[in-house]
Amino acid sequence: MTLDKRMTPAEIVGQLRDGMTLGIGGWGPRRKPMALVREILRSDLKDLTVVSYGGPDVGMLCAAGKVKKLVFAFVSLDAIPLEPWFRKAREAGDIEVLELDEGMFQWGLKAAAFDLPFLPTRVGLGTDLIELGGLKTVQSPYDDGEVMVAIPALRLDAAIIHVHRSDHRGNVQALGPDTYYDEWFAKAAKRCFVSCEELVEAMEDSYPEDARANAFERCFVTGVTEAQAGAHPTSMPPSYGHDVGWLTKYAGAAKDPGDWSAVAADLVGKSEESYLTSVGGKEAVGALPLPIYS
Amino acid sequence: MTITLAELCIAACAETFRTDREIIGTGIGPVPRLGVSLAKLTHSPGLMMTDGEAFLVEQPIPLGPRGDYVPKKAGYLPFSRFFDSAVWTGRRHAMVTPTQVDRFGQTNLSALGGTHQQPKIQMLGARGFPGNGIYHANSMFIPAHSNRVFVEGEVDRVSSPGYNPARRIAGGNYSGIDLQRVVTNLCVMDFEGPGNTVRVRTLHPGVTFAEVQEATGFELIDAVESETALPTEEQLAIIARLDPHGIRNKVLKDNPPARKEAA
Repeated sequence: MTLDKRMTPAEIVGQLRDGMTLGIGGWGPRRKPMALVREILRSDLKDLTVVSYGGPDVGMLCAAGKVKKLVFAFVSLDAIPLEPWFRKAREAGDIEVLELDEGMFQWGLKAAAFDLPFLPTRVGLGTDLIELGGLKTVQSPYDDGEVMVAIPALRLDAAIIHVHRSDHRGNVQALGPDTYYDEWFAKAAKRCFVSCEELVEAMEDSYPEDARANAFERCFVTGVTEAQAGAHPTSMPPSYGHDVGWLTKYAGAAKDPGDWSAVAADLVGKSEESYLTSVGGKEAVGALPLPIYS
Repeated sequence: MTITLAELCIAACAETFRTDREIIGTGIGPVPRLGVSLAKLTHSPGLMMTDGEAFLVEQPIPLGPRGDYVPKKAGYLPFSRFFDSAVWTGRRHAMVTPTQVDRFGQTNLSALGGTHQQPKIQMLGARGFPGNGIYHANSMFIPAHSNRVFVEGEVDRVSSPGYNPARRIAGGNYSGIDLQRVVTNLCVMDFEGPGNTVRVRTLHPGVTFAEVQEATGFELIDAVESETALPTEEQLAIIARLDPHGIRNKVLKDNPPARKEAA
């Protein structure tokens, strides 16, 4: 067997099919695999079921008509709380949704990771999510007999995740204070494709001192590709922050002109190279200040 | 210096967070965050706070641009273990600002009007509200008390559970639902009426119960024993230190004084 998992972004997107369920790592406008999202936006891929703690990844895929169904707990750009392109798609009735709680969502990924049909929880009781989502309940077989919500496994055909470093075998390192639920996206997916800021030959030769940043093991990685500034416009601490100026322009375009086809070329770029040039190059992205959350 | 209504609300939020437990205190928005910070620095040192991202801090971080201030990390609580550590173990009290609240304490952060397939206005999504509501203590801060927020009937979408008997599944465990206080620009309310109905506990200086009732879409119980307490000099000094840029002055319309002027 070969352990060389290096692929181009186009080869990764070439592995995806219409109608697939696609998990996207990160959280809101934080460490999103945007280079791969842009590659999807440049492709003919369609009818996706997207599973994401949503940020501009969701907004852009919805705007471009790539999404048949969205599994989400929120979609937000943080500084701009309501994602305008997602909002537009929802208010037009364009997409099916499964709205979950943030904790239910990771529970569903964990059920998929462990190949269980569901995992039980109290979360959802007393809310509209159960009925609107068609969620079922399950009773404890023990003496307590408690009735709980059964969160169905969120099985992913594929997941895409952006990390700082990987070697050719898929030994990844995700730096920064938080990797959110990236580990569980990787484990819930049949195939997980990782983009990274820096692709090295052998992690043990390059960054052995950071081995604790190995957020998930290489057996969960199908393909890796280098994508410098690949999270832009989202944040990638400690390397760079989110691009407030870009996100403001992107959000504004949802109102004026309000038509994705008129702005897609500008916001996605014909190639990743031209996209990066349009945002000032990877040096400019690397200089974006880290956000302060409060 | 005139004490502002925002400062009075911050002190009321701090009182809401009073606890002798070691739990995460989360205040979303400037007033709740200053409230929980003030509680931690005064009567409730057991409260635990984050830097808004992934680290626990024992010294609450001042609001806004930090200048030379560097947060002092004392612990680690990333999103990736937030449900394991804080929410699903019940070790948290959160104060949030939902778009709608009904008489059962059910809240809506998801969508307004229309249908599930096509809402009239799509909002954030349920976020962590369903889990917060079933597992740990919750309070609310409503900066503009009106019957558009405190709606008649039920909220458009129930994002977090409340005390609605019609929304109970037999055998379900609802014992974790713990709605504590609602601090608004007019008053402080609780859910301690018969059958967890909503009561007004204190009125802010110069506000009448009738005014509060007029601005609320459901019936309130008058349990007012006093005016909401003004912040002390010590509390005001802490608030000023934690909000060096005066962000609290922009929360309430026209930044009014704590005592409402007679109309």
